[in-house]
Amino acid sequence: MNYYYSTPQLWSLVLLRLFIGWHFLFEGLSKFMNPQWSSLGFLRESQWIMSGFANWVTSDSGILSVVDIVNTWGLMAIGAGLLLGLFSRTASMSGMILLLMYYLNSPPLTGMEYSLPSDGNYLIINKTLIEALSLFVLFLFPTSHLIGLDLLLHRKKQTQNKQEVTKHEE
Amino acid sequence: MKNNIPKSGTEINRSGKLKLDRRTLIKALAGVPLLGIFAWEATRNRSYAREKQNRVIRELGLEHLQTPKTWSAPEVKGDRIRIGFIGFGTRAVQLARGMGFISLSEKESRQTKGTLESWMSQEDLQVEIAGVCDVFDLHAQMGMDIAQNGLRVNGKTGTNDPVRRYRTYREMLDDPSIDAVIVATPDHHHARITADAVRAGKHVYCEKSIALNEDELNEVYRVVKNSDRVFQLGHQITQNVIFQQAREIIRKNILGKISLIETTSNRNSASGAWIRHLDVDGNPKPGDLHTIDWDQWLGNSPKVPFSIDRFYNWTQFFDYDTGMLGQLFTHEYDAINQLLRIGIPKSAVSSGGIYHWKDNRDIPDVLHCVFEYPDRELTLIYSATLASSRPRGRVIMGNDASMNLGESLEVTADWDSPQFKQQIEAGIIGTSGPMLTVKPGSGEIDAVTSATEKYYASRGLTDTFINGRPVDVTHLHIREWIDCIRNGGTPSDDIEKAYEEGITVLMAHQSYVEKRRVEWDPVRRKIV
Repeated sequence: MNYYYSTPQLWSLVLLRLFIGWHFLFEGLSKFMNPQWSSLGFLRESQWIMSGFANWVTSDSGILSVVDIVNTWGLMAIGAGLLLGLFSRTASMSGMILLLMYYLNSPPLTGMEYSLPSDGNYLIINKTLIEALSLFVLFLFPTSHLIGLDLLLHRKKQTQNKQEVTKHEE
Repeated sequence: MKNNIPKSGTEINRSGKLKLDRRTLIKALAGVPLLGIFAWEATRNRSYAREKQNRVIRELGLEHLQTPKTWSAPEVKGDRIRIGFIGFGTRAVQLARGMGFISLSEKESRQTKGTLESWMSQEDLQVEIAGVCDVFDLHAQMGMDIAQNGLRVNGKTGTNDPVRRYRTYREMLDDPSIDAVIVATPDHHHARITADAVRAGKHVYCEKSIALNEDELNEVYRVVKNSDRVFQLGHQITQNVIFQQAREIIRKNILGKISLIETTSNRNSASGAWIRHLDVDGNPKPGDLHTIDWDQWLGNSPKVPFSIDRFYNWTQFFDYDTGMLGQLFTHEYDAINQLLRIGIPKSAVSSGGIYHWKDNRDIPDVLHCVFEYPDRELTLIYSATLASSRPRGRVIMGNDASMNLGESLEVTADWDSPQFKQQIEAGIIGTSGPMLTVKPGSGEIDAVTSATEKYYASRGLTDTFINGRPVDVTHLHIREWIDCIRNGGTPSDDIEKAYEEGITVLMAHQSYVEKRRVEWDPVRRKIV
């Protein structure tokens, strides 16, 4: 991996990572702490290309509860990963996929109406999609090997490589 | 390759182990303090939300509101009670399900939908469906099939005990092996069959409504009242745990003085308007003189030639029912009477007409009834239409707060409330939304960017009930009846409440038919 960031570039990317991590972690925690929460209502609203999937999930309470658990723990794991900088690239990619799933279940396209209140006004592009794209940016421009726990893993690997090179030279 | 490792960052010591300097460690652990701040803020956020809820609960004196008592009922014990079904149509299938019996086809469909397990967790009431009586062969067969071959809530399929089909309800009543009967016939049979069954020594669970005229209502009241048999009218609505909370809220005077109650029914479909002689494909449903004992179906009602319309759509005709009053208002009235014990009104005025469903029906499709309770200083309104499905709720209005009571319960403080003046001024209680919300079950709407913790907090109070488990209210209502048969006691819809309801419905019905205000004479116990 070969990344050259200026200090402001590095810190703005790290801040973006931390903010999104924070958001994911709290979103997951809120669902975890609320025993009443279920994705049922959200999935029932599903339109467009994911509606078949949503119907399948909501048709069976067993599948629904698995989806709820995976969603809740997934959000928390991704959030913690981004916040701590641990397996950040995996976390960025998984987070993006998760957000795209949300987006595709209820995209703000013309002609699609939802009873779920929206926190702003959106046409095609909404904050979910922007957050997903931000995660893709973080995936392409990783920072956790510079600031974050991945630094330790990265160093260990590099050290091992170095040792092997040294051995060869000897 | 130019690497990112700072020159002084790491070195390898002699034993070959990685050594990190302080700067590198700080960079690696940069997220940890943020995680600490997160934990601190999240805790603060939660305790704020909890404190806010608790403060409202404390202010209202509702500390003990959240304990549903329904689930503390003891385990069902005792001999199996042998029950006979009189009438086995759609409602009877639901009642059998609540009792712990479903057909094998329902079992399969529940398996595909994944709802079988939830039904199987319903408690075993230790009862048998020992007999079925229906004037229509197809319905009787359906009942026999569920009783003989169906799945039971205890996991067993079928029964070794004989299940008998009776040709007439009197045959069933004459059978001493039947302990109790469930009456799920059209309404024009209810009072007569109930009275005969109690005279024959059977306990009775009878679907609403209880009677179509004063004479049969008085007769069934007298018979049940003078016996030791357990009678329950089929109004499962009050078994909803929300009613316990609603009762508690009213008892604590949170609504203030209640002077107006508005109940409504809005439906807008052919089936909702009781046009039910066609199946989903628009073909006529089965039934003819070979399979239906028409004379028995007519009972004491005027003799008319066989009509498949009347057989399936009986609710539309005054000979067999009182329409929306008997079918829908009874639930509304029962809900309010259970909460406030309003009893029989002093007067009733009804008006309405057949404005939308232009078939040969007798019953109005738009109806309004006003019931006056001068002793209680309140008015009960019933407003109903079969041509609009706009939901209007069921609202109890007091001068301090109003309560909307349905699947969920919402209490909204009144802007001009004398009782909550200080709390409203202090901002503890808001009036822009409900100050109390009780919502059983799950199914909340959420998504990452649109609805978050704020959404839950804005609802004020939420609660899961009976360990978050959805429980069939019909099951609870039958269970209460069975418990009273076994252990004594009075069910919530006993003959007194059934009588009050019966009279109230008949007053509204008479007012509509005679186009005049009717009154209740409490001395002569007569509608005048």
